[in-house]
Amino acid sequence: MALTIKEVEHVAQLARLKLTEEEKVKFAQQLSTVLDYADTLNAISTEGVEPLIHILPIRNVFREDQRKPSMEREEILANAPLAEGFQYKVPKIM
Amino acid sequence: MSPDYEIVIGLEVHAELKTQTKIFCSCSTAFGAEPNTQTCPICAGFPGALPVLNRQVVDLAIRAGLALHCEIPAMCKFDRKNYFYPDLPHGYQVSQFDFPVCKQGYLDIDIEGQKKRVGVTRAHMEEDAGKLVHQGDITTTPFSLVDLNRSGVALLEIVSEPDMRSAQEARAYLEKLRSMLLFAGVSDCKMQEGSLRCDANVSVRPFGQQEFGTRCEIKNLNSFRALERAIEYEAKRHMEALEDGTELFQETRTWDEEKQMTRSMRSKEEAHDYRYFPEPDLPPLFISREWVDEVRAALPEMPEQAQQRLMEVYGLPEYDAALLTLTPETLDFFDRCVQEYPDAKTIANWMMGEFSRLLNQTNQEIGDSHLTPDHLVQMLRLVDDGTISGKIAKTVLEDMFNSGQSPQEIIKAKGLVQISDADTLLPLIEDIVGANPKVVEDYKSGKGKAMGFFVGQIMKATKGQANPALVNELLKKVLDSIQ
Amino acid sequence: MELYELTVHELQELLAGGITSSAEIVKSVLARIDAVEDQVKSFITVTREQALDKARQVDAQGSYQGLAGIPMGLKDNICTRGVKTTCASRMLADFIPPYESTVSRRLDQQGSVLVGKLNMDEFAMGSSTENSAFFATRNPWDLTKVPGGSSGGSAAAVAAGQIPFSLGSDTGGSIRQPAAYCGVVGMKPTYGRVSRWGVVAYASSLDQVGVLSKDVRDNAMIMQIIAGHDPLDSNCVDLAVPDYVAGLDGSVRGMRIAYPREYFGVGVNESVRDLVMQALKKYQELGAIVEEASLPHSEYALPAYYLLGPAEASANLACFDGVRFGCRDNTAENVVDMFSGTRDHGFGDEVKRRIMLGTFALSSGYYDAYYLNALKVRRLIANDFTKVFNDYDIIIAPTTPTTAFGLGEQRGDLLTIYMNDVLTVPVNMAGLPGISIPCGFTGGLPVGMQIIGKAFDEATVYKAAYAFEQNTDFHTIKPQLGVR
Repeated sequence: MALTIKEVEHVAQLARLKLTEEEKVKFAQQLSTVLDYADTLNAISTEGVEPLIHILPIRNVFREDQRKPSMEREEILANAPLAEGFQYKVPKIM
Repeated sequence: MSPDYEIVIGLEVHAELKTQTKIFCSCSTAFGAEPNTQTCPICAGFPGALPVLNRQVVDLAIRAGLALHCEIPAMCKFDRKNYFYPDLPHGYQVSQFDFPVCKQGYLDIDIEGQKKRVGVTRAHMEEDAGKLVHQGDITTTPFSLVDLNRSGVALLEIVSEPDMRSAQEARAYLEKLRSMLLFAGVSDCKMQEGSLRCDANVSVRPFGQQEFGTRCEIKNLNSFRALERAIEYEAKRHMEALEDGTELFQETRTWDEEKQMTRSMRSKEEAHDYRYFPEPDLPPLFISREWVDEVRAALPEMPEQAQQRLMEVYGLPEYDAALLTLTPETLDFFDRCVQEYPDAKTIANWMMGEFSRLLNQTNQEIGDSHLTPDHLVQMLRLVDDGTISGKIAKTVLEDMFNSGQSPQEIIKAKGLVQISDADTLLPLIEDIVGANPKVVEDYKSGKGKAMGFFVGQIMKATKGQANPALVNELLKKVLDSIQ
Repeated sequence: MELYELTVHELQELLAGGITSSAEIVKSVLARIDAVEDQVKSFITVTREQALDKARQVDAQGSYQGLAGIPMGLKDNICTRGVKTTCASRMLADFIPPYESTVSRRLDQQGSVLVGKLNMDEFAMGSSTENSAFFATRNPWDLTKVPGGSSGGSAAAVAAGQIPFSLGSDTGGSIRQPAAYCGVVGMKPTYGRVSRWGVVAYASSLDQVGVLSKDVRDNAMIMQIIAGHDPLDSNCVDLAVPDYVAGLDGSVRGMRIAYPREYFGVGVNESVRDLVMQALKKYQELGAIVEEASLPHSEYALPAYYLLGPAEASANLACFDGVRFGCRDNTAENVVDMFSGTRDHGFGDEVKRRIMLGTFALSSGYYDAYYLNALKVRRLIANDFTKVFNDYDIIIAPTTPTTAFGLGEQRGDLLTIYMNDVLTVPVNMAGLPGISIPCGFTGGLPVGMQIIGKAFDEATVYKAAYAFEQNTDFHTIKPQLGVR
């Protein structure tokens, strides 16, 4: 299927990607090509086929409810672009 | 409320499950730790970190489901719910979408003596997000700080049917739900600490209309009172809009406790599209009937059963039994008292009366106070054997409540022992009577008040410690002996 | 022969015999890197000092057990504690993980010496390593050609003698395709055989870590170490790992081999096809039963993959929001702009394309038609393999339709570049083990043959690969690089 510029904008907004006007045009065209290719799946009937949600025949994998030491917060914060008072700092939300 | 409209309410309740560790990692869930001291690559959403499910979470979810009379399907799975928010480390929340762990249950609530059944649509396991700390208000703060201690804490989201029709019903449902979760031992349900959180979906429609009105979701309801107020406020807002013909939007609103009003949380963003899909990092869960039966067998006594027991075994009235089964701690207190002391009704009276008053006054839960069942029973015995009067007992109870001392210690320290000795009381009575000849005259002429005056004076003189029965007896004798 | 030219098992013999030391081996490898890196450009990070330190430590212990003293290289999406792990992305250009992947920990515990982190397509999305945000890696056989991808650095480094073995990751062919283009051995194990803990996810239900090596024996030996249950990865199964090396007996007598007709059809280069057919004849000569079979839904694997992979990626890459790690747009005034500004700057075009594609496939109104339908097609593809494996022990096919293409040649033409994975993607969709081994040359470039096995039957795949290798000498032919 062909994606419109509007659809590309919607998808980019959901995915938190900022696109220039040229990029929107380029991606609309490229994504449409891939979606056209994906549409070749319509050639086969998948009616009644169970979706493959998990490839492995395993189930119920657990750990026990036992505490282990957390990571040192200096370490967990070491890669933060911006932190203050041992917390991640982000610009205003609204 | 206008009689022409019907309010329709459904609640989404998030209960923090009582586990030692988070749902997908081994970090502690303890409340109140220093920021970001209970985090690891898994709950902080680092690339390459993978979740492993905490078995206890599933056990507790099944237990809650059984308490809420839910069906536990043989298969359930986790899904990713996609949205961006600074407190959501992965950029998605691991939750359950189309195959939840519990479905189709119910809760019975009591509305002015009438039983009403509220449907529970589903309950599903999910991870909590982190905490955002703002400078003042979210709408005005120049920046926010992110603490991920709470990120990954196990939640059970319990979704009700839109079966409630008033703020009171919604409150009753939440109270009952809380009580069920407390009894089942699945959550601490502390609203102040956020281990029980409630969102309300509210809409209003003209009576008789089949379709629902425009629905608003209200968040930030941190107390029973807030829930009631917010629903009342929101319903009124909807009714006014319907009357005026103003348009209502389906939106998320927040309860402003200070201003006692709901506010729109809508930003310029368009509607959410959560793009749920199966969580590929977690294999599906198959819950066998044996597993469910095991959990069922281990389920503690639930409030309804306990209420029945209190009525049947101890002959308590329904009202008393209902109050004593509000929380497991209350019931446990009663049960421990009644094992030692035969008069259940007296225990109930003290618990629902003086004890409850003190708890309310100090804003405490029964487990927080210093009063022990043992001390209450000792105090009741001291009343029975005449060591203290019922009036003094109230003082003793308050002291026990505040200090945790035994009744004997308090009585001894404060010299509160009842004076039941005629030789001590008689001279005192004679003195008081002798000093008030006018009142004696009143007595003789049949004025009932006179007797009360003398009792009051004697009690005052003995700081309330005189045995009231003995005082009456002696007083009568003295007065009658006067010609 | 220089030390850098040797295989792992040859180096082990020299160490055990006291003929060389780990420090000498590491120095030889570092010298080789210095000599040819300008041409090949396979390393993002070289951990020179750290490697020499560890080598000396190992030497000080006096004896060499397991992989003690053997240099290794890791694809740069495998997290190494304290060592920069970039995923070849601007987003993670300065990311130093505070944790270690299970695979690298196991190798480290065996005494292996990390020499560096290898180039790749950004976040493992690509088939040429041209999508690296830093630089393109070149094919040691022809520096004007790509090494394949996404584990292009891992394959090129082994082919160029810069490292005796490396780890890569394979989501749709990202180990096998570059192994084929670079003429080395590359194994993608069964999904669930090797832990993914600490490996930056592209598509979680398809990703597996595997080994790139100079020969089959080395590959089996390394796989033995990294395979097996890991409680940190819920999908890494608790199943005993057989002794792969002990199973390498050189025999395929009586082995039942299928070659799927769909893998030899249109789009497959004639010389590639001929070389694989010759290899099948070889197997026949060695006593195997070789028959044609059919995997009828093969052509649908690639379009389904380009929905499922991106869908999972769209969520996996949502953690890159500028809050906790990675780059951040510091100019943004609010959080929404910070998110999109960060992601705009941090991600390259192919990553953005796949995120958008996946976001779209999951979005309201398109989920059923795209994502869910692709899951159903995935079932049909897996079922095809199950049927063939009822009658056969392994499946043999070309790894890729062509040999390595020219740098820049396929830039911009998405479907052409996606076609590189057409013969490897079905194996990921079915979660099966697949190896690529050299089976000849055409136009001076290596050709890879793919051997696909039953789930968790890597042993038979290795056995078959080893038998072919022992009876041919393609693996002994090395690219000639001009040395400065």
